Amino acid sequence: MKKMTGAEIFLECLKREEVKHIFGYPGGVVLDIYDELTRHPEIRHILVRHEQAAAHAADGYARASAKVGVALVTSGPGATNTVTGIASAYMDSIPIVVFTGQVPTALIGNDAFQEVDIVGITRPCTKHNYLVKDINQLAYTVHEAFHIARSGRPGPVLVDLPKDVIQARTVPKFPDEIKIKSYNPTYHANPRQVKRALEMILSAKKPVLYTGGGIILSNASEELLYFAEALQIPVTSTLMGLGGFPGDNPLWMGMLGMHGTYCANMAVSKADVLIAVGARFDDRVTGKLAEFAPHAKIIHIDIDPSSISKNVVVDIPIVGDCRDALQQLNNLLQAKAPEDWASERALWLDTVRDWEKEHPLTYAWSDTTIKPQYVVEKLYELTKGEAYITTEVGQNQMWAAQFYKFKRPRQLMTSGGLGVMGYGLPAAMGVQMAKPGAIVIDIAGDGSIQMNIQEMMTVVENDLPVKIAILNNSFLGMVRQWQQLFYDRRYSATPIPAPDFVKLAEAYGAVGLRATKPEEVEPVIKKALRTPKPVIMDFRVEPEECVMPMVPAGKAMHEMLLA
Amino acid sequence: MEPRHTISVWVDNTPGVLSRVTGLFSGRGFNIESLCVAETMDPEVSRITVVSTGDEQITEQIIKQLHKLINVITVVDLSEKEHVEREMALVTVRAEDKSRAEVLRIADIFRCRVVDVSPSTYSLEITGNHEKIGAVLGLLKNHGILDVVRSGTLAIQRPKKD
Repeated sequence: MKKMTGAEIFLECLKREEVKHIFGYPGGVVLDIYDELTRHPEIRHILVRHEQAAAHAADGYARASAKVGVALVTSGPGATNTVTGIASAYMDSIPIVVFTGQVPTALIGNDAFQEVDIVGITRPCTKHNYLVKDINQLAYTVHEAFHIARSGRPGPVLVDLPKDVIQARTVPKFPDEIKIKSYNPTYHANPRQVKRALEMILSAKKPVLYTGGGIILSNASEELLYFAEALQIPVTSTLMGLGGFPGDNPLWMGMLGMHGTYCANMAVSKADVLIAVGARFDDRVTGKLAEFAPHAKIIHIDIDPSSISKNVVVDIPIVGDCRDALQQLNNLLQAKAPEDWASERALWLDTVRDWEKEHPLTYAWSDTTIKPQYVVEKLYELTKGEAYITTEVGQNQMWAAQFYKFKRPRQLMTSGGLGVMGYGLPAAMGVQMAKPGAIVIDIAGDGSIQMNIQEMMTVVENDLPVKIAILNNSFLGMVRQWQQLFYDRRYSATPIPAPDFVKLAEAYGAVGLRATKPEEVEPVIKKALRTPKPVIMDFRVEPEECVMPMVPAGKAMHEMLLA
Repeated sequence: MEPRHTISVWVDNTPGVLSRVTGLFSGRGFNIESLCVAETMDPEVSRITVVSTGDEQITEQIIKQLHKLINVITVVDLSEKEHVEREMALVTVRAEDKSRAEVLRIADIFRCRVVDVSPSTYSLEITGNHEKIGAVLGLLKNHGILDVVRSGTLAIQRPKKD
């Protein structure tokens, strides 16, 4: 075999990992990689307008496609700009690999131009990271990086590539297999624990399934649906788990937690057995920990042992892949004599439905002002619930979660754990790259959209027809809501002027539409969906609308504010 | 006081591993009382002995989070097992006239070694568990400690006896 440069080896590695799209931004130390890219037409590079967007786009791409997302940036500021995107992917367990250029190895530590210790900076927010110091390690490291990103509990991996390593030459050895003696995720759940869990579930009178992003990451939706329907167990999920169970199924209770439904929160509060699958008992879910699911025995299935008994002490821990564990549960169930679970469960399901009727998700209609919830409802209706939805963070995110009934996994991309404003537009770019032809909508706020608005140019340049629905209330709405409820309406730094979004869209070469009255909502959405170009929809909504229900910080789940 | 745990961690002997481990402790608010690191018989593996305080749940989290680091090979909570702990301290203590004999007597009682002598000082090497070293330093304090340096805890599991 002939000698290859680091840049050639790098691109060959990406080809072997079947990378088709890279989100990136060039710079001094990665010039050789960008030069090599010109000889690889099979890999499409999408030039973002800010490196943070490259990481978010890779994240959105990974979620929608179930593949590893890839970002490529230069050293120094190029690298530091990706940190928010990496930290978000880490919190949400999204498999991305971020390649950063680095100054030549001889200059590392010298405060060279555009030098930063990005491996040091990202150590606590990556699943793992590498500085490649030797070209002979390059091919193996890239392969290992992809392996670590996608296996076990997935997560972001960063690989730092010094310029001299990219320029050096060697006869490369491309590894086929990865063996890391210290890294062996447990996929197969312990059958004895699974059996114990099933016994506990079968003896339960008021069981609840509480599912999270793990259902989506492990592709366990079908198994979950089978299990829930077979035993007639009502299902709630975290924000990250939405779409993991069909939003139109009669067993579906809606999201739980701070802005969860009354029904879901009450069910968890009254449950006698709580089956947590691929969720991690986040504080936004549990509310006051001491009063979370106070009557329930807890079964927790998760591939990450450190998630189990971290916040809540668990009665039956099951370490393993959610899909594997659910398959085992279903197999055990099928081997049993059939029982009439529908009548066994009737009383509990009636109670649950009563809660649902008592306080459904709702809002006060207005003939004159657009209610933001109405916009989301209309988006759901007019896309027949089929669109890929990304969100920003805040009220827009919660209304999207509440009023768009997600049917299938990988349909919602949202920065759940880190809560990144400015996630939605770049993520939508990534989703649209992964799913050309699909309808992709970023449900945004007027504050959030301004955090990565520059990516309008990227979507226009690349003919990505993403639709951006701005719920424009001229406030940083969620913070304003807290100020209204808990700080006597002192709106400190939350009124936020925005540009004319219609003109802005046009300036970027996209289409801008506006609705100021309720009757304009539907025509605007319809027009946007007909337009084969990026569209910004500026919905002027009720400024002081609140996301309800709400469990105030530090309160127990059943102590919800309802309106 | 929260219980002390002595945890042995086998890690890849590669650059940056120690900061991954210590970063984990600081980032998650776990406490480090002491830390010892050195290569094992296998030059590709280092062994870290870390003493931490915390209740059962925190210790369980520490062990699980350590396991999660890609470079961590094995984690053992020695506090749950029969084990021996040792620390070392080097101390330079004032020893003039009458106190010279007294300092030596203390050193003798606690089986310290004299590692350096000057007309007005002794430097002693003390080994023992955490409490013993504390006790010796407490006695020497009366004579005037000029300098002291303490190691972290080293710990080894006792082999099973048949």
